[in-house]
Amino acid sequence: MSTSSETVGTSPETGVSASKESAPSASSEAVAGPPVRGTRLTLSGASLGRPGAPALDDVGLDIAPGEILTVVGPSGCGKSTLLRTLAGLLSPLAGEITQDGHPLTGPAADRALVFQEDALLPWRTLRANVELPLAIRGVPRSERRDQSQAWLERVGLGTQARQLPHRVSGGQRQRVQLARALAARPRAVLMDEPFGALDAQTRAGMQDLLVEVLHGTGATVVFVTHDVDEALFLGDRVALLGAGGLVAVRDVPHPRDRGAHDHPARVALRRDVLTSLGT
Amino acid sequence: MTRYALRVASLAVALGLWQALTSLNVDLWLRFSQFPTVTDVARAFAARLSGPDYWTDLTDSLTRILTGFLLAAVLGVATGVLVARSRLAEDLLGPVLEVIRPIPAIALVPVAILLFPSNEQGIVFITCTAAFFPVLVSTRHAVRALTPMWEEAVRTMGGGRWRILGSVVLPGALPGVFGGLSVGIGVSWICVISAEMISGQYGVGYRTWQDYTVVDYPGVFVGMVTIGVLGWLTSTAVELLGRRLTRWLPRTAYVPGARPPRPARSVKSAPAAPAAASGGPASEEARDEHLV
Repeated sequence: MSTSSETVGTSPETGVSASKESAPSASSEAVAGPPVRGTRLTLSGASLGRPGAPALDDVGLDIAPGEILTVVGPSGCGKSTLLRTLAGLLSPLAGEITQDGHPLTGPAADRALVFQEDALLPWRTLRANVELPLAIRGVPRSERRDQSQAWLERVGLGTQARQLPHRVSGGQRQRVQLARALAARPRAVLMDEPFGALDAQTRAGMQDLLVEVLHGTGATVVFVTHDVDEALFLGDRVALLGAGGLVAVRDVPHPRDRGAHDHPARVALRRDVLTSLGT
Repeated sequence: MTRYALRVASLAVALGLWQALTSLNVDLWLRFSQFPTVTDVARAFAARLSGPDYWTDLTDSLTRILTGFLLAAVLGVATGVLVARSRLAEDLLGPVLEVIRPIPAIALVPVAILLFPSNEQGIVFITCTAAFFPVLVSTRHAVRALTPMWEEAVRTMGGGRWRILGSVVLPGALPGVFGGLSVGIGVSWICVISAEMISGQYGVGYRTWQDYTVVDYPGVFVGMVTIGVLGWLTSTAVELLGRRLTRWLPRTAYVPGARPPRPARSVKSAPAAPAAASGGPASEEARDEHLV
């Protein structure tokens, strides 16, 4: 596809969006490499779902380069459908979806997808799983090894690189998925309830880890969850999905600030979100 | 260790029973008096082992079965993947395969005689056809049962059709494929022996039938024991290779007769959600446990 020719890593641009935190630390840059240019994803009048069973109608959404957009809504409202369409695994039934102005034509390496669970290949070690997208991109073997090891260390699994996925915990498997998604330096990371199957404590730790590893990558993030608090913590903006379509998109005050959960603006937004979702 | 003792004991008891029934000339409805004793068979075996024909028969049969089986493995996996992954291939090949599948391979002897210039090729053809279908069916099933997420993950990494085949479909289907190969090697032996009995020159099946026609019963039993041992060895080889290649399968605690969990390894219980993906192959492994 046309957009993938100008992707990841080919030009070490530094045009990180203003919505991201300040300059990356030296150590994180060593692992993540120079920041990529986040991609702009735009849906206009998009109807999504399977033919005959549209899940979402007339969705209009503009996701800015480098922003973290969280998508929240009740189970079965089409959150995953939205994400899979953005990944290119599903085609829109109507309307248009563009990446930096070019229509999406299918899955591509510059849009990584992180699944809820069990998306690691069980016959590959953790390291081999992280190496896979690098191998697909044609990164030479020794470089692949170094990069995957660095990413595993970054998510705290450096010593378990040679384990098989079923030998580690569910939370650790999700860390590997995160490493696998980010190792290929995608311009967009699409996350489908990545922490949905984890217990509350692991989950909070994973959210902090996510914030930490995304720091300075420059990638656009779309993060789907059914947990309102998670959506409000992680997102620069939060999109509310209801039955049949997009209900609203709100700016989140103090994104990714653990101390801000009782800030009046945040509390008001939380109440507003819960009301909008009808819960 | 106790398990090996039990296995040896199982064989020893069977041989002991055979020896007792035949040497005592037990004739209760089933007539063991005509039956050669274990010692008769052992003596005939020793005589055969020193002669040249036995080894020729053995290598002939092994060559035939290995050629046929390897061909069947390659063709069966290739066709199984094709039929499972392509609707066009399924529509084009499916009906033909389903019509041929119920025909016992040994009923293809006339076809083999008409088609192939030599008996040798005919026997390989029959052996191959026999093993082909179990491999095909298992592969097709295993490929269809793959977790869709694996393929989607590779597609979103920018992987194309060949990458998906090599990195997802083939490794993921391997546990199922080996189920088919295990069945296939067994069926191959049945067919190679039968085909040799009908049309072979040399080979364990041919020799066994020859001994029968000249009323050399100990010789017949030498043939039968040979077939049994070779069959066991080859299917064990397939089984061991399968285990080696699918070591990534989560070992579950409910394997019948499982050893107690080894305390040395970190005791991580089975994955949080084995789901359909690992549940299928894992339970298949569990079932296969008794074969080796």
